Amino acid sequence: MIYYIIRRLLMLIPTLIGITFVSFLILQLVPGDPARVIAGIEAEEEVVEAIRESLGLHKPIIVQYWMFVKNVAKGDFGESIRTKRRVIDEVWPRFLNTVRLSLVSIVIAFFVGITIGTIAGVYRNSAIDYSTMVLILLGISTPSFWSGLLFILVFSVYLGWLPAGGFTGIQSVVLPAITLAAGPAAMTARMARASILDVLRQDYIKTALAKGQKESKVIYKHALKNALIPTVTIIGLQFGYLIGGAVLVETIFTWPGLGRLIVQSIDSRDYPVVQGGVLIFASSFVFINLAVDILYTYIDPRVTYE
Amino acid sequence: MNDVGKKTNRAKRRQIYFTWRRFHKNRLALVGVIIIIIHLLIAGFAPYIAPHHPFAQNFRMMNKGISLTHLFGCDHVGRDIFSRILLGTSLTLRISIAAVMIGLLVGTLIGMLGAYYGRIVDAIVVFGTDILLAFPDFLLAVAVIAAIGSGMTGVIIASGFSSIPQFIRMTRGIVLREKGKEYVVAAKAIGENSASVMIRYILPNVLSSIIVLATLRMAVVILIASGLSFLGLGPPPPSPEWGAMLNEGKAYLRTAPQISVFPGLAIMILVLAFNLFGDGLRDALDPRMKL
Repeated sequence: MIYYIIRRLLMLIPTLIGITFVSFLILQLVPGDPARVIAGIEAEEEVVEAIRESLGLHKPIIVQYWMFVKNVAKGDFGESIRTKRRVIDEVWPRFLNTVRLSLVSIVIAFFVGITIGTIAGVYRNSAIDYSTMVLILLGISTPSFWSGLLFILVFSVYLGWLPAGGFTGIQSVVLPAITLAAGPAAMTARMARASILDVLRQDYIKTALAKGQKESKVIYKHALKNALIPTVTIIGLQFGYLIGGAVLVETIFTWPGLGRLIVQSIDSRDYPVVQGGVLIFASSFVFINLAVDILYTYIDPRVTYE
Repeated sequence: MNDVGKKTNRAKRRQIYFTWRRFHKNRLALVGVIIIIIHLLIAGFAPYIAPHHPFAQNFRMMNKGISLTHLFGCDHVGRDIFSRILLGTSLTLRISIAAVMIGLLVGTLIGMLGAYYGRIVDAIVVFGTDILLAFPDFLLAVAVIAAIGSGMTGVIIASGFSSIPQFIRMTRGIVLREKGKEYVVAAKAIGENSASVMIRYILPNVLSSIIVLATLRMAVVILIASGLSFLGLGPPPPSPEWGAMLNEGKAYLRTAPQISVFPGLAIMILVLAFNLFGDGLRDALDPRMKL
């Protein structure tokens, strides 16, 4: 097991190098001279030249990339253009806020998704099943930036139950978390339904029923456990969806997370922060996927790690 | 030879017929197709059927709610929201079709080359794809648009780019499976060159999966593109892009919710239609396909 984890960690290195390369490219592809972009349009030519010198922008691109990787490995993501603070100090606290929001969302998504999906699967082809399927399709098709605004409209503007945004205690997490959870909940429900149907066809379920077990007990004790395994494996994918969705949902609810910081930084042309934010998001996604893979081998002993 | 040709023609027609029958039975998928056709018609005829000019500002109608003359009400500068949504339809369709085409053409080409040539070519393709797949869709689109700049072209390239890895992965998988089959070996044996083997022999077998993926991808790309516009990274005002309209309405949510509510509804309906259509197509064309 320990060897498996070490090997997987080693396999991660090329992917992480690739991610740094893509993030590195963001600043390179920005139209115009990066030094000029960082210095600002009105800056003196000497200032631009100094920045060019200090960032090594006159060196060949591959050398620049190597410097970037070395700095990133030391936790140095450069300096924010807007605030002049280190990018890592800007990005990290925001990232933790996004993690808080995502954790609440993923719990909601899984609880709701698995419950709905299981019920739909058990009562297959019933009215409940069909309405669930419609609900799932709506969940997948609804843009989060629209449902978020509708939630604000209903729960903050009309009913006044919850704050429309900000970061003011436990109530302020409710609306963004639900908005963010809708898509993943729908996908989880779809997966849970499919795998419950798959499991219910198995012989051991028929055996359990044949020997006179109560149906509800069979579903809880035999079916659900096995149906959950494939559902859990998509948790990694869901996190990717959450990271992407966070960019939009945080903007709507003015949640001080990394997604919103990236959008603000694009607006203010603070490219080093964009670069650092994208890099942190993508690497966290990679690590979560690794964690899910490892978790998978734990919960399903049939999976061999070789 | 002629006989064989006739037979394969008949087989082909039978196949299309059965595909259609399977598809036809799926009511929801038909609903999806009908909604898409309606949208295509709206996109084509919007300038003629729109009751008002989409850019005409009428300050006496500012933030006015729904009425008979203004079905969806008016926005913060008194423009008719219904007319703007009608005109935005072609914008949304053009952006998302162009984006999916980018993903489809580039992705299919790269995936096919990788799988066909194998070895180092394939290794590079797999490595590159894995890296792009390490970025969640929307984040990748945001990163791309941050680099190349916002606007309509930016949105098309960014949302198209985020579709490339999906097409690569799917095409590569199928070509790997197909390239060892007898018909490919036979084609090579009679001296067909690589380009011909790929295009004339292998491509037709990838086509149905490409169509299904492209349809489902339309739904995702519409969400990505309008999401980018919602963040203010899309076509600049006064463009009636649906996501951009939602963004404009955000500030007037309390006084004039219709400015954001209706464009969002339009996005959802179109996305839903492509999801229904795509699911139906997948079940009809290739029931075993996992997407």
